[in-house]
Amino acid sequence: MPDPILSIRDLVVEFKTEDGVVHAVDGISYDVFPGETLGIVGESGSGKSVSTLSILGLIPQPPGRVASGTAMFKGKDLLKLKKRELRSFRGDEVAMIFQDPMTSLNPVLKIGFQLGEAIKTHYPKQPNAKVKERVIDLLRLVGVPNPDSRYDNYPHEFSGGMRQRAMIAMGIANSPSLLIADEPTTALDVTIQAQVLEVLKTVQQETNAATILITHDLGIVAELCDRVLVMYAGRIVESGDVHTIFQNPRHPYTIGLMDSLPKLTEDEEWLRPIPGQPPSLINRPPGCAFHPRCFLSQGRLRCREEVPSLRAVDGGRDHYAACHFAEELVGHHSKFSEPVAGGVA
Amino acid sequence: MTELGGQTGHEGAVAPPSQPIDGMIVGGDELVDATVSAGLELQVRSQWSYARMRFLRHRLAMAGLVGLVIVFGAGAFAGYASPYSYDQIDLNHLYAAPTLSANHFFGTDELGRDFFSRTIYGIRTSEEVGLFVAILSSIFGVLVGAIAGYYRGWIDNALMRLTDLVLTLPAIAILLTAAALWGSGSQWRITFILAGFFWTGIARIVRGVFLSLREKEYVEAAKASGAGDLRIMFRHILPNTLGPVIVNTTLAIATAILTEAALSFLGFGIKPPTPSLGVLITDGQNNPQKWWLTVLPGMTLVFIVICVNFVGDGLRDALDPTQRRVRA
Repeated sequence: MPDPILSIRDLVVEFKTEDGVVHAVDGISYDVFPGETLGIVGESGSGKSVSTLSILGLIPQPPGRVASGTAMFKGKDLLKLKKRELRSFRGDEVAMIFQDPMTSLNPVLKIGFQLGEAIKTHYPKQPNAKVKERVIDLLRLVGVPNPDSRYDNYPHEFSGGMRQRAMIAMGIANSPSLLIADEPTTALDVTIQAQVLEVLKTVQQETNAATILITHDLGIVAELCDRVLVMYAGRIVESGDVHTIFQNPRHPYTIGLMDSLPKLTEDEEWLRPIPGQPPSLINRPPGCAFHPRCFLSQGRLRCREEVPSLRAVDGGRDHYAACHFAEELVGHHSKFSEPVAGGVA
Repeated sequence: MTELGGQTGHEGAVAPPSQPIDGMIVGGDELVDATVSAGLELQVRSQWSYARMRFLRHRLAMAGLVGLVIVFGAGAFAGYASPYSYDQIDLNHLYAAPTLSANHFFGTDELGRDFFSRTIYGIRTSEEVGLFVAILSSIFGVLVGAIAGYYRGWIDNALMRLTDLVLTLPAIAILLTAAALWGSGSQWRITFILAGFFWTGIARIVRGVFLSLREKEYVEAAKASGAGDLRIMFRHILPNTLGPVIVNTTLAIATAILTEAALSFLGFGIKPPTPSLGVLITDGQNNPQKWWLTVLPGMTLVFIVICVNFVGDGLRDALDPTQRRVRA
C-alpha cells in the first residue's frame, strides 16, 4: 500500500448549542490513498459532511470546534495550520465540490470570471489570457458545450447539471491532489445525476486526484467508489472496499441501509426502512449508538453498555466493523449479495 | 441501445451500455451545435441588460432622467448655459419681473443680477454638493456596512452603535453647530459635513445584505477555494449589493441637495455671493412681493429632487432581480 495522502486520526468535532454540546464527529480515523475514491455514507446528521469540512476549517467557528485529532495531509497537520496557511491549501491542493450548484455559484458574476477567480486566488500572477484559456479547457473537460461562449454566461443561464459541471471545473481548476465532493448530485434530477457522475469519473481519471465522495446514495457509491466508510451518529461503523461492503456487510446498520433501498429485480411491495429515528447527538444512546434500532442487538446488555470499537472482521481485506456481534452476520446476505437471501429483521 | 446518437447524426450511435453517458454528452454537444447552425441560438441576456431594459421602459424614470440631464447639464455647463454671469449687475433692470425681452427669463434681483443665471449657478453648486455627498457617503457607508456585516461580533456591534449614534443625533442642530464652529461658507466643508451624516443609511443597508449573503453557499464555495476575507467581501459579496447601493446613492443625492438648501437657507451653508438654491431662496424671502425670487429657485429645487427620486425609483424597480415584470 502506498502512503495515504490524507490521514485522519481521532477527529472530534463539537458544536455548542443552547441544548448542549453536539458531538457531530466523535473520534473517527481514516486514510485516503492517492488516486482512490473513498465514499462516506450515512444518514443526514451522521457527521459525514462535518468530518471533511472541519479539516478544511470550513465549519462555522463558533459554535463549531475541532476538539481533538489530527489530519495529516502531505506531512502537515491541517488542524494545526494557521488560517492563512490553511487558506493556501483550500482550492489548490484540496478542493471541494458543493451539494447545491444552484446556490454555490455567485449569481451576479459570470461563470468564466468565477472559475478564473478560483485560479487567480492562488496564482494571482497568471496572465488573464492564460487563465481564460485554462478556464475554457476546464469547461470543455467537464462537458460544457460551447465553452467559448459559455464563458461569458451568468449562472442563471446554466441549467442545474451545467452548473454542477461548472462547480466540478472550479474544483479541479488548480489540479488538486484531494477532491472532496459533498453530495455532488443530491440537488440534481436522476438523469442529470448520471451525467454528472460520469463527469466526475472522467475528471478523476484525468487529474488522478484522490476523491472523497460524501453521499447518502448507495447507488453512487457502488458506481464510483473504491472504498466505503459507513458513518452513524458521528462514528464510523464499518469500512472496507466497496465489493466487500456490498456483499458481506458486517454491521447491522449497513445492512439496514441496503435493505431500505428498492430493488428493481424483485417484486417488492414495501420498502424496508430502518425502524426508529437517528439518535440525538447531544444525548447519544449509551453503548452502541445504533442498538435501539438494531435487529441484531435483541436487547443484549453488551450493546447497551459497551461502545463497540472498529475492529477487523473476516469479510475481506481491510474490512472493519464496529459491532460486538459482527460475526453473527457471517452468511447474512444483503439484498445486493449473490445469491439473494431474504428475511432481515 | 440508445438511439440518441442517431437522432443527432452522431457517428458512434451505439454507445456501450456501461457508458451511455458519454454518448449523451457528445450527443448534447452536437445538438447544441446543430441549433447554433440553424440560427436557433437563444439570445443570451445579462442581468444588466435586463435591468437596462426595465429602466428604459420605466416612463417616470425616463422623464426624470431627461429632466435631470437638462437641469444638471445646464448646471455643469453654467458658463455656457446662462445668458449672464451670476454677479453681473444690470442697473437698468432692478427687480425686473420674469420677461423674455431682455433675456431675464427669471427676472432680476435687487441689484439687477440676472436671476436665471444665478439659478443655473445655484444648480451647479447644489449638484456638486449632492453628487459628492452621495459618492463620499456611499463609499464610507459601504465600507462600514461591509466590515460590520461580514465580521459580525464585536466589530459589528461597535460600528452599528456608532451608526445608531449618528442617526440619533439631530442632524440639523449638529450641522448648525458644526457650521458655526468650523465656519460656514465653503462648499467643500459643507460637503464633508453632510457626508459625515449621510453614510449611516447605506451602512445599515449594506450590513443587512452582507449579513444574509455571508451565509450563502457561494461564499462558502469561495472560502473553500481559498479566497481571503477581502476578496470575498469585495469581489464576491459586494457586487450582489450593488442594486440597493446604487438606488440609495441616487436618493442620497436628492436628500443632500435638500439639506444643503436648508442649511444655506438658515444662513449656515454656502455664503453669498456664491449662489446656491438655498441662498437664493433666503435672499428672495426678504421681498415676498417679488415672487419670482423665491418661487423660481424653489420650483427648481423641487424639480431636481422629484427627478432624482423618479430616477431612483426606476433604478430600484430595474435592479430588483426578483422582478422580471417590465413596467408599462
